[in-house]
Amino acid sequence: MKEKIKSLKNEIELELNSVKNLKDLNEIKNKYLSKKGPVSELSNGLRDLSIDDKKVYGKLITDFKNDINNQFNILKDKFETEELNKKLENEKIDISMPGVNIGTGSPSFVEKVIDDASDFFISLGYDIYEGPEIELDKYNFEMLNLPKDHPARDAQDTYYLKDEDLLLRSQTSPVQVRVMLNGKGETPIRMICPGKVYRREDIDATHEQEFTQIEGLVIDKNISLSDLKGTFDAFVKHTFGENTEARFRPSYYPFTEPSVEMDMSCIYCDGSGCSMCKPKGWITISGGGMVHPNVLRMCGYDPDKWQGFAFGMAAERIAMLKYNMPDMRSMHENDLRETINFDRKEVK
Amino acid sequence: MISMNWVKDYINIQDENLEELADKVTKAGINVEHVIKTGIDNVVIGEVKTCTNHPNSDHLHICTVDVGTDTRQIVCGAPNVKEGLKVIVALPGAKLPNMEIKKGSIRGEESLGMICALCELGLEEETPENYNKGIYELPNDAPVGKDAFEYLGLSDILYDLDVHKHKNNDARYHIGFAYEIGTILGKKVKLPEANYTEIKDNIKDHFSLKVDTENCTYYKAKMVTDLVIGESPDFIKNRLISAGMRPINNIVDISNYVMLEYGQPLHFFDKDKLGDKIVVRQAKDNEVVTTLDEQDRKLTKEDIVITDGSKVVAIGGVMGALNTDVDDNTKTVLIESAIFNATNIRKTARRLNLRSEASLRYEKGLNFEYTDAALDRACFLLQKYASGKVLSGKVEYDNEDKKVKKVEFTTDRINSLLGIELTDKDIETELNKLDFEYEIKDNKFIATIPRRRLDIEDNVNDIAEEIGRLYGYHNLKNTMPVLPTKEGKLEHSFGFKKNVSKRMRSLGLNETRTYSLVDKNTSDMFYKDRNLVIIPNPMSTDRSALRKTMIPSMLDVIKYNKSRGLKDINIYETSKVFYGDFKEENHLAVALYGNYISNLWQGKIVKNDFYVLKGIIINLLNYLGLKNRYSFVESTEVNLHPGVSADIYLDRKKVGFFGRIHPKVNKDEIYVLEVCIDDLDINTKPLKFKAASKLPNIKKDIAFVMPISMKNEDVIKVIKHSGGRLLTDIQVFDLYVGENIGLENKSIAYTLTFEDNNRTLTDEEVMTIFNNIIKEVETKLNIKLRSM
Repeated sequence: MKEKIKSLKNEIELELNSVKNLKDLNEIKNKYLSKKGPVSELSNGLRDLSIDDKKVYGKLITDFKNDINNQFNILKDKFETEELNKKLENEKIDISMPGVNIGTGSPSFVEKVIDDASDFFISLGYDIYEGPEIELDKYNFEMLNLPKDHPARDAQDTYYLKDEDLLLRSQTSPVQVRVMLNGKGETPIRMICPGKVYRREDIDATHEQEFTQIEGLVIDKNISLSDLKGTFDAFVKHTFGENTEARFRPSYYPFTEPSVEMDMSCIYCDGSGCSMCKPKGWITISGGGMVHPNVLRMCGYDPDKWQGFAFGMAAERIAMLKYNMPDMRSMHENDLRETINFDRKEVK
Repeated sequence: MISMNWVKDYINIQDENLEELADKVTKAGINVEHVIKTGIDNVVIGEVKTCTNHPNSDHLHICTVDVGTDTRQIVCGAPNVKEGLKVIVALPGAKLPNMEIKKGSIRGEESLGMICALCELGLEEETPENYNKGIYELPNDAPVGKDAFEYLGLSDILYDLDVHKHKNNDARYHIGFAYEIGTILGKKVKLPEANYTEIKDNIKDHFSLKVDTENCTYYKAKMVTDLVIGESPDFIKNRLISAGMRPINNIVDISNYVMLEYGQPLHFFDKDKLGDKIVVRQAKDNEVVTTLDEQDRKLTKEDIVITDGSKVVAIGGVMGALNTDVDDNTKTVLIESAIFNATNIRKTARRLNLRSEASLRYEKGLNFEYTDAALDRACFLLQKYASGKVLSGKVEYDNEDKKVKKVEFTTDRINSLLGIELTDKDIETELNKLDFEYEIKDNKFIATIPRRRLDIEDNVNDIAEEIGRLYGYHNLKNTMPVLPTKEGKLEHSFGFKKNVSKRMRSLGLNETRTYSLVDKNTSDMFYKDRNLVIIPNPMSTDRSALRKTMIPSMLDVIKYNKSRGLKDINIYETSKVFYGDFKEENHLAVALYGNYISNLWQGKIVKNDFYVLKGIIINLLNYLGLKNRYSFVESTEVNLHPGVSADIYLDRKKVGFFGRIHPKVNKDEIYVLEVCIDDLDINTKPLKFKAASKLPNIKKDIAFVMPISMKNEDVIKVIKHSGGRLLTDIQVFDLYVGENIGLENKSIAYTLTFEDNNRTLTDEEVMTIFNNIIKEVETKLNIKLRSM
């Protein structure tokens, strides 16, 4: 019996050594391991043996079967892996071909600036308001200390819509007037109001008839011009980088007193002067000051108890400076070759 | 333009560095845009040491000239050059009006500069006559090597001020500017001399005055006779030139000179051309006057005129009339020094497009104290420089409000407004510098504003401004408001619009920004039942109305980008639109052209069509929580493709429309959408979790053959109704049109999902429902199940 097993083992192993593929392997398996094959016949030979021999040879046969099965499985695995690898090899693609063009969703330049400024001011507890673009002269001018015959009105050429009462707002300050009137002289105010404004003027690289203002207003009991400077300083650092500095210069606006021009240090040169900065080393991007007592009074806040600051800037100007755009008119051209690049997060 | 030589008459700034002073002035509020040095560099005083004839010329001389730093050879052609003469020498590098001096040689002889005539330096007109005068001969004591312009008193530092931004009148006249410098440096101002003698003859015997308008509050006039017209003295001429005015003759120049000193415009009438009275009144409509510039001006009753009782002799505060102007034969003048209503002057000057030096100053308002001072100063100067005799007396009218402005404030309040820490003592120092009188009562300052400072109002902010600008805004600290913490919120409508905008971007649409002002002729594409808001005073027809629909703008953007070679253009915008009686709404517009998603080489394309846009609007509406509340019906918009368009209804109200642009509007296949965002901003149910069924569901496919014209929606309605509670989902998975079902028909295939959250459904009960659905659809719609 031992010899039988041994010679069968040799015979099978000889065949397995030369097998080349899964199909041949299966054939060999069928030949030896089928129900009527030589391996099963070995078990049939046990019937004639004594109980003790049955035990001894039974174990020998079982071990032999396991061994053979094991060898078959190892080879089967090997051939299957080889075949899969071959299949994958054939499925190889050119990864350098273009991917699917999933649409970009870019914001407009102005929207990007407004979003960024809104995030900044919201983080300081400011509320963001909007208001009508067709406004009353009363809110756009009169209650901002610009009575009918005020010379400063000449500077803001305005589109009037009906008589001298109804106009296209020339600034977003009327939104502030509305919020103040709503506050009834009792509620502290911390707000910005971004929105479109209209001026009746000639268009060039830095002037548009329609542009976007971001104006801010803080009214409380103890707000100072230094607070405006600190806030503005934080804003230019947020928008243009940590190294940017704020500077104030005296100015004049009818709605603020004192009034200031708000400059940031030039982001294009080291302060020694370049084509972008005027006065040398500085770029004026905003105007503001302490809310004029007449404005407070007209809007229902007692100037002996309340004080605060207001400021305003053009979103287009911020965008032009931040993204180095030479011409304001490109904001309205909507050339997608330019705008889709702005479907991108900011670098901070 | 401010001449600093001139300012030196009123304040001691001899030792100041004028560049640094300009910087201080700018920091304190009046922007000095440029500091201009007059004169020409490298023009010095020289002494001719030797002078010999040029060997190769019959008129040139070879001179050796001591110019201070060295003695050099210069070739000179002037007949009057001679040894020992003190002359003006332009050294190499000097930029004269007509040439730049360089080292060179003249007919073989080296020449290191040029000895100059006055006309060559731009100090005289370049006429043959002046040229023939030859080189300018300086006095013997002229110091060799010194700057020649400085020696002649012609070198000046000018401050070019940006006066437009400032309310402070002090920037507009030299005495005012001296006060500003006095404030900055803490120095006092000395006013110019104005003492003159008067003759017995009294003006009142020659003139009466009547002021017949409330727009003239102050009017004073004096008379000066026996005038001798001639050239003004050099200092007046030079200063007028520095300030940008042309010298004419001593009389006219004095009028301008005093205006530049005190900021008070004066008008000189030729007395002999006037009648015997002065009447100030409002003009009559269509009254015509010929002004000094020989233009006929048509007036309105808004304008102020000066008349002599019979004729108009000046447009008050703007310009005199030609009929009474000072000319070469003038012997006697009437000097007018008056105050007119600033607003009236501004309006008149604007309407007549006649912004004179006088009107610019009247527009800003004037201080009556200087109206008097200027009148006296003019009399003094006419007496001194035009041999005039001043008549005694004045004709005068005074209805000026002379209330003094006083402001009461505390140091704390100033500190609180500016965010600084000054002491009472500091405030006193600043008030002294400002030349504001003040008293201290109960720890409060009561400051009196000088009349000169018309720009300062009687409130504490104005005082804070004055103190702040002296403290220096550049010295303010960066502080943050100390306020209670509070959440920053978006106003509801602003936040809603932002959500819509963000959703559009997340769906791959690019935001545009187009004009709200549009051509009134092309803006009627949609919302035809709404009237356009027309701009009454447009600057051009392409900005002549406010848009009521955004789609024309979006089509323009597509056209612009298409012409630049773009093939896939997917855009959106949110903006206000306007209509009717000045109403405004927030709208969203979308326009799609080309492919929505593509990978061309793979042949994988989602081409823009009606259903892409429908998917986008449904995505938005669902995102806004409006699921099951909207519906689409065939559109009534005439500028959309009649078969490929829909109106959007929300809770039975039309809120917008979408579809393909009508081929007669645009041949390209463009899909557009416009919807009123405000209408989408309605109350919705709060967001809640809804558990999905854990039990298996059963799916069944089914297809019906129906006429082409039948709507999918109608079939689904019947399926849904007959499927009952257990039918939880219906999906269309195929649309088929082909000969085998008849070309008048189509087949739509659906996958129906049945499930119950609480138990597993049996095949039998689903089949019962399924068969019922088939029966109901077939009988109710009279269509057939498609055999599979």
